[in-house]
Amino acid sequence: MAKKETPKTNYQGQMHLLQKDLMGRYFDSLTRAAEQGEGKAAYMLISGNPVELMLAFDMIPVYPEINALQLAVKKVALPYIQKAEEIGYSMDNCAYVKADVGLFLGDRKTPFATIPPPALILCNYVGCNVYLQWFEHLAEYSHGEIFNLDIPFMRDPSGKPTKEDTEYVVKQLEEVIEVCERITGKKFDYQKLQKIVSYSGQTGELWSKIKGLTKRVPSPFDAYFDSVTMMAPLYCLRGTEEGLKFFETAYKEMEEKAELGMGPLPEERFRFVIEGPPPWPYLRTFRDLFAKWGAVAVASTYSTVGGLWEFGFKHDPNRPLESIAEHMLEWNLTNRNFLQRYDQIRRYVQEWSADALVIHSVKSCRLFSAGQGDMREYFTKELNIPTLLIESDIEDPRYFSEAQMKNRVDAFFESLEHKKILREASAPGGQA
Amino acid sequence: MANEKAHPAIEALISKYREVVEGSPLEYTADWKAKHPGVKLVGCYPLYTPVEIIHAGGMLPVAVIGGGNRLEIAHADSRFQSFVCSIVKSTLELGLTGQLKILDGIVFHSICDPARNLASVFTRNFPDLMVEYIHFPQNLTSRHAVSYLAAEYRRVKASYEKLVGRPIDNEALCQSIRVYNEQRGLLRDLYRLRSQSPQNLSTVETYILTRIGTFLPPEEHIAILKEAIAAASRRDERLKDRIKVVLEGSFCEQPPLELIEGLEAAGCYILDDDFLLGWRWFSQDVAVEGDPIQNLARAYLDRSVYSGVKHDTREPKAKHLVDKVRETGASAVVILAAKFCEPALFDYALYRRALEAEGIPHLYLEFEEKMWIFDKARTEVETFVESMLFD
Ligand code: SF4
Ligand code: SF4
Repeated sequence: MAKKETPKTNYQGQMHLLQKDLMGRYFDSLTRAAEQGEGKAAYMLISGNPVELMLAFDMIPVYPEINALQLAVKKVALPYIQKAEEIGYSMDNCAYVKADVGLFLGDRKTPFATIPPPALILCNYVGCNVYLQWFEHLAEYSHGEIFNLDIPFMRDPSGKPTKEDTEYVVKQLEEVIEVCERITGKKFDYQKLQKIVSYSGQTGELWSKIKGLTKRVPSPFDAYFDSVTMMAPLYCLRGTEEGLKFFETAYKEMEEKAELGMGPLPEERFRFVIEGPPPWPYLRTFRDLFAKWGAVAVASTYSTVGGLWEFGFKHDPNRPLESIAEHMLEWNLTNRNFLQRYDQIRRYVQEWSADALVIHSVKSCRLFSAGQGDMREYFTKELNIPTLLIESDIEDPRYFSEAQMKNRVDAFFESLEHKKILREASAPGGQA
Repeated sequence: MANEKAHPAIEALISKYREVVEGSPLEYTADWKAKHPGVKLVGCYPLYTPVEIIHAGGMLPVAVIGGGNRLEIAHADSRFQSFVCSIVKSTLELGLTGQLKILDGIVFHSICDPARNLASVFTRNFPDLMVEYIHFPQNLTSRHAVSYLAAEYRRVKASYEKLVGRPIDNEALCQSIRVYNEQRGLLRDLYRLRSQSPQNLSTVETYILTRIGTFLPPEEHIAILKEAIAAASRRDERLKDRIKVVLEGSFCEQPPLELIEGLEAAGCYILDDDFLLGWRWFSQDVAVEGDPIQNLARAYLDRSVYSGVKHDTREPKAKHLVDKVRETGASAVVILAAKFCEPALFDYALYRRALEAEGIPHLYLEFEEKMWIFDKARTEVETFVESMLFD
């Protein structure tokens, strides 16, 4: 195989400009809250959250995970991580938490926003146990009010929540309403919540349609690297009119590309499913490792951490609290058990016609990574799907070894390329 | 020991069980099962399991706490990465090498991310084993947490009824609660004895006496504890020149006995610790009047001890640790955290902050169950002890 030039992947459509604008405005609202005391901040986690309820009280959702992510993308996370390590956090703790704690204990000014202190620390405990400690620590540092919104994990073999699970979550949401009424001094407005939930429903539906587009060959966008652009508005602006508009624009644009047979790369040579979060500090480098092989991600589990809409879930304005509960319980990756994830990936590989699975195992996030060796075993041994497992980190730049990563990725695609040539040659009509 | 002759039984007993604990409690359990072929065994991963439900079904709950330092990991490290704690890997190794075949079921809980994924890996790899998973509530201020947990326990009970093939009735549940109340009460007595006169009961002895209760039938354990407590109460050793500490951080994966022993030999009396915490989960008896399932659920919320895997927003965890130091009269804290154990590592950041604010000195150490060499830990403890004694 001749050495390949890395094709350019910095496509900038209308969607990207709109995204920048919207996210800029979202971050400005955080800065205004921090500097001018405009509005009350509710800290939450990304995974299946009740942002709809916060918006019903005009609270400003603040996501410490997004703070950490932005710091990593902007390549400024390390000093914050080190600051946390100086005060007792371990090398082996999730670096999202460390970056955020380092930021929180300083002046909370970042290149993208100034982070307001919390009026409410709403720990939506959806799967990840680190969340509980992260927010416990923030509560201790800020003396802010904390509410642990406990979401029972998907443990039944059916993969469904029990009736009692759903009731328990709905009742806790009612308790959250009481807390928000007290904090904001506003009365709960049911119709307003219904409106917001209806925006979320429509947004989720569009997002799911967008994801369906990557079943086409070639895939109109990369379901990992480009999905990230859409995930920010999905999480920060879900439940708003402008969030919905963004997804209308994105869908139109992606659909057009699909119709025109355009993809993110000049040639789509391989379709892969990717499992695990990206290495934010080295996103571009990481992307190029795959782009160079003409490899496009057609589905990713990471794009479902905050919600899994592509298998039929939709927020329902007629049952707002119940559907928020269902979203938190069942319809997001983090609260589903590991075997449900195997199944999700299997569906992606089959229904999105992928050639391979790439597992990016990140040290920080054991929710994602712990046991991915077993996952690899399942996909290679049971399903015969070529699977590559590579390791680095989601946040900490010290765990990214480009040379090593490149060797692994190259070796993997070289062997796929080889198999592909053999297959094409032996196929009827091929040159035997 | 000076008065060894006065009560030889306890030493003989402890050294007999020491071999079991250091060797393989699972082998012991296999022998036990051979003698009790009709009894089903349910393995309990740390920390806390409502063992009463299993026991009331006529089954024996036995702890599955990793593989100690004599198990070689040959398969599990290709399934779980290097940055995952040892107990997760050794527990899987035990399964992959057939050593858990004696179990009919195993139960995991919502304690941390790796343990949660391990439950799934077990489900896939061991289809003959009944794998149960309990989600404990983490919103202890909710008015609905007790009824949620009671519903969860009823679900679990139904699952064990299926395993054992008959219903588990309230009367049996109440009886089991009584039995485990007695066991936990005796463990509290044992801990109190050690805390009040650590010269008369070492931590290794306390540990072994507690650990055997994780695989013996509770009735048998109760008899041993009674005898051991009586014997230890008769001891009258001289207090050595050691510092008194509280040990924290080993609530799930367990350190080797040599390490525990080494800590004391290096100049500490450990007045309290969080070893095997799930088997000592309640600070008071679980109520026996009324609905037993409800009582177990309520006890989890109102009578359970603090822990790195229970996040109670009603009171900062660090306050509990500081209180423990004050109440026992310890002068320092030794944090002994399992390597890669995120719950323990995160707790440390807040513990350190609180201990510094209170002026309580502490030493931070990490361990792995599989460790063999203890010199470094011992030297660190010695240096720490010296700095305290000659300050
Ligand atoms: S462990 Fe993973 S899901 Fe949990 S806080 Fe860290 S990065 Fe997020
Ligand atoms: S030692 Fe810690 S990380 Fe490992 S299973 Fe136990 S609680 Fe989880």
